[in-house]
Amino acid sequence: MADNSIIHIEDVHKYFGKIHALQGISLDVQRGEVVVIIGPSGSGKSTLLRCINRLEEFDAGKIVVDGIPLDTAVNINAVRTEVGMVFQQFNLFPHLSVMDNLLLAQQIVRKRSKAEARETADRLLLKVGIPEKADCFPGQLSGGQQQRVAIARALAMNPKIMLFDEPTSALDPEMIQEVLDVMLDLAREGMTMVVVSHEMGFARAAADRAILMDAGQIVEEGKPTEMFTNPKQERTKLFLSKIL
Amino acid sequence: METRPFSSPDARKPLGSRGMLGKIDSGWALVAAVVLITFLLVTLKPDPYMRILNAVKDGIWVTLKITLISFVLVLFVGLIGGLGRISKNGVIRGIATVYVEVVRGIPLLVQLMYWYFAFPAVIRDLGAWLNIASLASYRTNAEVMAILGFTFCYGAYMSEIYRAGIQSITKGQMEAARSLGMTYVQGMRYVVIPQAIRVILPPVGNELVTLLKDSSLVSAVSLPDLTRRGREWNATNFRPIETYTMIALVYLIMTLLAARLAVWIEKKTALEK
Repeated sequence: MADNSIIHIEDVHKYFGKIHALQGISLDVQRGEVVVIIGPSGSGKSTLLRCINRLEEFDAGKIVVDGIPLDTAVNINAVRTEVGMVFQQFNLFPHLSVMDNLLLAQQIVRKRSKAEARETADRLLLKVGIPEKADCFPGQLSGGQQQRVAIARALAMNPKIMLFDEPTSALDPEMIQEVLDVMLDLAREGMTMVVVSHEMGFARAAADRAILMDAGQIVEEGKPTEMFTNPKQERTKLFLSKIL
Repeated sequence: METRPFSSPDARKPLGSRGMLGKIDSGWALVAAVVLITFLLVTLKPDPYMRILNAVKDGIWVTLKITLISFVLVLFVGLIGGLGRISKNGVIRGIATVYVEVVRGIPLLVQLMYWYFAFPAVIRDLGAWLNIASLASYRTNAEVMAILGFTFCYGAYMSEIYRAGIQSITKGQMEAARSLGMTYVQGMRYVVIPQAIRVILPPVGNELVTLLKDSSLVSAVSLPDLTRRGREWNATNFRPIETYTMIALVYLIMTLLAARLAVWIEKKTALEK
């Protein structure tokens, strides 16, 4: 099992000034596994996710992504190319068309030809269900459409891992499902995914494992259906009672 | 800090609305009126107006040359300074901050005099001290010193404009760029700066107009610009009202056109997107 882990996190600590945001997190994610992280705000779930592609530096411990240890010597850009990330606020590039959003990093980071990059982009826009929006600007799209473009943009780099940081939290309720559907498809195709989200329906349907974090620690982990119906820890029960 | 100029679906609408178009029209009307007045003066009263215009013609060229060359350099220095001001490296940030604060605290005229009179003297003294003949007999070029002076001074102001523009772009933009594997430089080059430039276009346009006007200060350091040529003509002909009316009109035409140019670029880049 351990040989197959694509993300290896070992005793990771992170401080924001005096706040001990991550207090010795250890976690292994297997190839093709879908892990959903839940927990109250400020519990460190986003911070943990952001440590995996080093948008946050961690202060102690070890993270190995696809066999590459994230230490100071590593070429972090090469690692990030293999790790796609989807943000709560989408973070599409507003000055570029949807198509150019998908082309930019493919061309300047992956060094693909324009034709090749376009082919990938066309395929992915079709996959996320908005091929007709290629020439629109992000500002002309709904939140749900923007988030689907953001997913396509990350996928265009052919990442081995996808990180989702509360991908539906900024969306109007009626747009959440269209984004979750895209994520469900991805999970079915065998993408390795780490998802910070409170979408229990998604967790039940797609996740292999759910993790509850609180105060910078992993409180409980297990199969989502088991954990949600029959939590072992008091802290988990309390949290689930608030969000279910 | 929370300006997200392109995030709302109708962010581009106001630019195409009648308000902006109306503004452009009245702007051009003003240009036309000033040009017309100048034209009438020159044709109906060629003496002295045509004579003045002929006398200051080469000065207009000097003014434009100094302004445009300086401005291009200012755009470059400002970018470096602005990036320096937000650098994570404390030394770079410190240098950029001292530069901006010192330059903004000294009058431009004094700075120009420093470049023209004091700086060459420093070089000469240094040459004499080091026994290097070419430096000891250093003669300055007024035009080069003026351009250096303007670039140094306006570069500081421009740094602050760039800094504010870059900081107005949300942190998430750079994070998204980095998460796609781009380097910091690529993220700046392709993602942050193209957005920041749209934000800073209006103040940058203002800087161009201000620089054009401030270029008249070079007449104090013996450069034959528009203002100096006017003064010279007046000194021999004693027609102060006509002279300075003509000079003012020529400046006004240039600044109004520069302002139109800025609005045009602003509109063009906004509509494309």
